[in-house]
Amino acid sequence: MNFKKQLKEGLLTKNPVLVQMLGMCSTLAISTSLFNGLGMGVAVTVITICSNMLISALRKVIPPQVRIAAYITIIAGFVTIVDLLLKAFIPALSESLGVFIPLIVVNCIVLGRAEGFASKHGVLASAVDGLCQGVGYTVALVLICIIRELLGSGTFGGGLLNGGEGIRIIPEGYPAMLVIMPVGGFLVLGCVLAASQWLTRRMERKTKKKEAAK
Amino acid sequence: MQIVSIIIAALLSENYVLVKFLGICPFLGVSKRINAALGMGMAVTFVMALTSFVCYFVYQLLIMLNLAYMQTVAFILVIASVVQLVEMFLKKKIPGLYKALGVYLPLITTNCAVLAVVLTNAQKDYSLLFSILNGTASGLGFTLAIVLFSSLRERVDKATPPECFKGTPIALIAAGLLALAFMGFSGMRIG
Repeated sequence: MNFKKQLKEGLLTKNPVLVQMLGMCSTLAISTSLFNGLGMGVAVTVITICSNMLISALRKVIPPQVRIAAYITIIAGFVTIVDLLLKAFIPALSESLGVFIPLIVVNCIVLGRAEGFASKHGVLASAVDGLCQGVGYTVALVLICIIRELLGSGTFGGGLLNGGEGIRIIPEGYPAMLVIMPVGGFLVLGCVLAASQWLTRRMERKTKKKEAAK
Repeated sequence: MQIVSIIIAALLSENYVLVKFLGICPFLGVSKRINAALGMGMAVTFVMALTSFVCYFVYQLLIMLNLAYMQTVAFILVIASVVQLVEMFLKKKIPGLYKALGVYLPLITTNCAVLAVVLTNAQKDYSLLFSILNGTASGLGFTLAIVLFSSLRERVDKATPPECFKGTPIALIAAGLLALAFMGFSGMRIG
């Protein structure tokens, strides 16, 4: 399979968050520290890979009329497994992500890949697709986390580095608390989306110029 | 008193969309026209109230069978089947309402706000009455947010932001300002 092309699609041209605008709820809600972002990203990636593989393996068995219900059941099963594993081994992460772990069930990215890719392709290709889309989601999520954490609490890597405190970059008292509140989520995501649109436009213009020069 | 505080929390101070970030997908997707937004809000309210009712009994059954860890799987199946049932029922009995809600009904299955309401009910051990109340009030809170936002958006779409902000980015900024307004409710607590 064309791994390079799939990875490029997941990271850039078809990035689930920045281009397809999927999985916005979790992106906005938990992007307050690097720890949350990485944890959520990895959880979604693992679930997408597993559900993609199982759905792809069962794609000829599941009758098309009830496929959505079947997909959701499969996804819910994996989400429950991840939820219980997190509760047992990384309780801190499970606590800070709270209800958003079980809510991965209705995360449009997972169901979108199941319907859009895994139901039409082989097991291996679906696993790769799940990995690429998951990585794309994680990268976008981590980017937003870093911005919000830096501006909102003035630290980098909270919950992970420096014994959980994070490395302080902006001295205490200066960071704008507003950015880690719900308002900041909307504003930062809006700006990040605008930046990515600007970049895509610029790249398109450059390729057009190159073609014209030829 | 707890009744009032649940209603206030679900409607304003812990609004599902603007404070808890749930149900953002339909919030952004179906908010271009006020009429559509109102239809979606009503459909969500209806489904939330009904699933709260059904899931209360399902949850009690799961507890009895010592299967509480299966709640996510059970709840999502209940939601999917309730949505399907409501769709079939409305189609047969109240075609007028069905036409008005039509497209939005199937979308509700993947609305994370619905699943979140049911999970919150189970987590907080609400009684049957409180579960239904919480479901209804959360749905109304969702309706309030989406209707307010759609009326903002009708104006925003006519404005001319910088090229790269067109479309979703500027809508998100507008939603941010709306969330800022709702932050004013965050200190409200009764009882």
